[in-house]
Amino acid sequence: MATVTFDKATRIYPGSTKPAVDAIDIEVADGEFLVLVGPSGCGKSTTLRMLAGLEEVNDGHIYIGDRDVTDVPPKDRDIAMVFQNYALYPHMTVAENMGFALKIQGVNKEERAQRVLEAAQLLDLEPYLGRKPKALSGGQRQRVAMGRAIVRQPQVFLMDEPLSNLDAKLRVQTRTQIASLQRRLGVTTVYVTHDQTEALTMGDRIAVLKDGVLQQVGTPRDLYESPSNVFVAGFIGSPAMNLFTTKIVSDGLQFGTGVAKVDRDVVASATGGTATVGIRPEDLQIKSSGEGLPVEVDVVEELGADGYLYGHAEVDGQRVDIVARVDGRKHPNAGEKIVVTPVPQHVHAFDSESGERLTKPVSAPAGV
Amino acid sequence: MSTASVVPGTPGVEEALVEDQNLRGGKARRVKTRLTSRAATVAAIVIAAVWTIPTLGLFISSFRPETDIRTNGWWNVFVNPQFTLDNYGEVLFASGASSANLLSYFINSFAIAIPATVFPIVLASMAAYAFAWIRFKGSDVMFIVIFALQIVPLQMALIPLLQIFSQWLHISGTIPAVWVAHTIFGLPLVIFLMHNFISEIPGDIIEAARVDGANHAQIFLRVVLPLSVPALASIGIFQFLWVWNDLLVALVFSGGTVDVAPLTQRLAEMVGNFGRNQEVLPAAAFVSIIVPLIVFFALQRFFVRGLLAGSTKG
Repeated sequence: MATVTFDKATRIYPGSTKPAVDAIDIEVADGEFLVLVGPSGCGKSTTLRMLAGLEEVNDGHIYIGDRDVTDVPPKDRDIAMVFQNYALYPHMTVAENMGFALKIQGVNKEERAQRVLEAAQLLDLEPYLGRKPKALSGGQRQRVAMGRAIVRQPQVFLMDEPLSNLDAKLRVQTRTQIASLQRRLGVTTVYVTHDQTEALTMGDRIAVLKDGVLQQVGTPRDLYESPSNVFVAGFIGSPAMNLFTTKIVSDGLQFGTGVAKVDRDVVASATGGTATVGIRPEDLQIKSSGEGLPVEVDVVEELGADGYLYGHAEVDGQRVDIVARVDGRKHPNAGEKIVVTPVPQHVHAFDSESGERLTKPVSAPAGV
Repeated sequence: MSTASVVPGTPGVEEALVEDQNLRGGKARRVKTRLTSRAATVAAIVIAAVWTIPTLGLFISSFRPETDIRTNGWWNVFVNPQFTLDNYGEVLFASGASSANLLSYFINSFAIAIPATVFPIVLASMAAYAFAWIRFKGSDVMFIVIFALQIVPLQMALIPLLQIFSQWLHISGTIPAVWVAHTIFGLPLVIFLMHNFISEIPGDIIEAARVDGANHAQIFLRVVLPLSVPALASIGIFQFLWVWNDLLVALVFSGGTVDVAPLTQRLAEMVGNFGRNQEVLPAAAFVSIIVPLIVFFALQRFFVRGLLAGSTKG
């Protein structure tokens, strides 16, 4: 077991001047499940591969425990990795696949068989130990890839989008299995995904990356309640937060004919006379008339218990798309004109130029 | 479309996708129907027959009496069938004043061909692994230079190589000289072919092995080699056939003595200058062909398709 520390780790691909990963600082605690999330091309896989030793670190350092592994080859790092494509050895049986690392370490045959069997029992792979990967289903291959990592009993697990090749239902099941397995084994884990739902459901903490730059690290709740900038606000949460630029008025931000109330000192630090307001779909209240932002309903997506209302509004002559969560049984229909107002405690304000958060971080309610 | 910005998967895009799939599927189907049509089958049979006729003629000739071979063509057997095993007897059992019987040449040929197949393949697969999976300075340039070596005709290298063998290494006229020569001449192409195959192994597998703690030697022996068996088998067959059928290199480097000369050399000698004994040539060719045939059928079971199946998705 060990901690993982990125200290200004940077990766610049040959032939490129812009770093793919730019001076990243992350500390992962012992036994923690950290999720790296971001849109494709944001450098999250590169970050993971740097930790694995598969990518060179051009600047900065990476530590596993107290040991500087920046220039240590992958084989000496005591890590195990689960690849997006599983990367099983096609010519070996499931048991041989899982025992390969132990064989390389020179672990004797009995112990190897014993450890492979234990891991196989943990993952319900016992009946398949003698099979080749090609005789397995996608989900089984994924479990073999997991098993190969578990058998090692490494200091750190690295997982590179291990669920992206599974179908939707299996993905949700496996998601929970991996998270609970990790908690049971207590091995420090760094997990890469582009799927923010996966990040929110699995991680102890989440690190959001964009263009190789770390945007925010925090618990799922932190990221959801207090995104530190416009990017994180728009990336975390589905459907995405409503974000648009609006004027600053005396006691808050202009919100249609109404006002989204925020603290005066918050608005004071904004540059220019405008700010970006952010409100999550579930924090919009719907009225048929009155003060607030007039919205024309385009579509309502029914999800059973509740639904999502997609509409558009006009703010300073600009068309703005608005998403709001509505009751599944009782909601306005397409074509209707309604008015939305924000729930006062859940208004996020961002600098309209830098995109940085202006509102104070929301502190967790007492007793949690 | 007022909803275009909020509703994912707009109809226009989906239609375009479906159309695209139809186009591709349609093309493949058209090609398939054309290749399996009756006319195509007939054409294939005709080509196969034309291709086989010379071999068939040679095979028939090998059983015809000497006088027949000298006076008319093999197709006359259909009018005037006359067969004999004399040619085969001559090839298999005759031995001259300065030559042994055929068996010892067979042994020589094996002693030359097996190592001259194994050496280049072992060296080339290691080189190919290094070129494909180890990044080092100048690897691209080195690879191009090695590939470019194939442009140099083998004949140009005969005399310099012979000088090196006789003046510096003093192995001229021995079997190892023939091994080294064949290995040198075979390496560029074998490296190129092995590199093409080994570089196609998914990178994730190699990386998985690296993370699993394997060093280059272990990755090569335990992962790359087992996955390269089809390539090793097919390239092995090619190299073996080339060495087995070779006369030029053997003639230059073996010195032609009874305990070094391969089968091809003995057969050429048997036929004699100016085709003095041309009637034994077809029989000799078929005797010599037996071994390549055995090698081919022994190794072809390693041409396993889909060896990489199941390792990665997609």
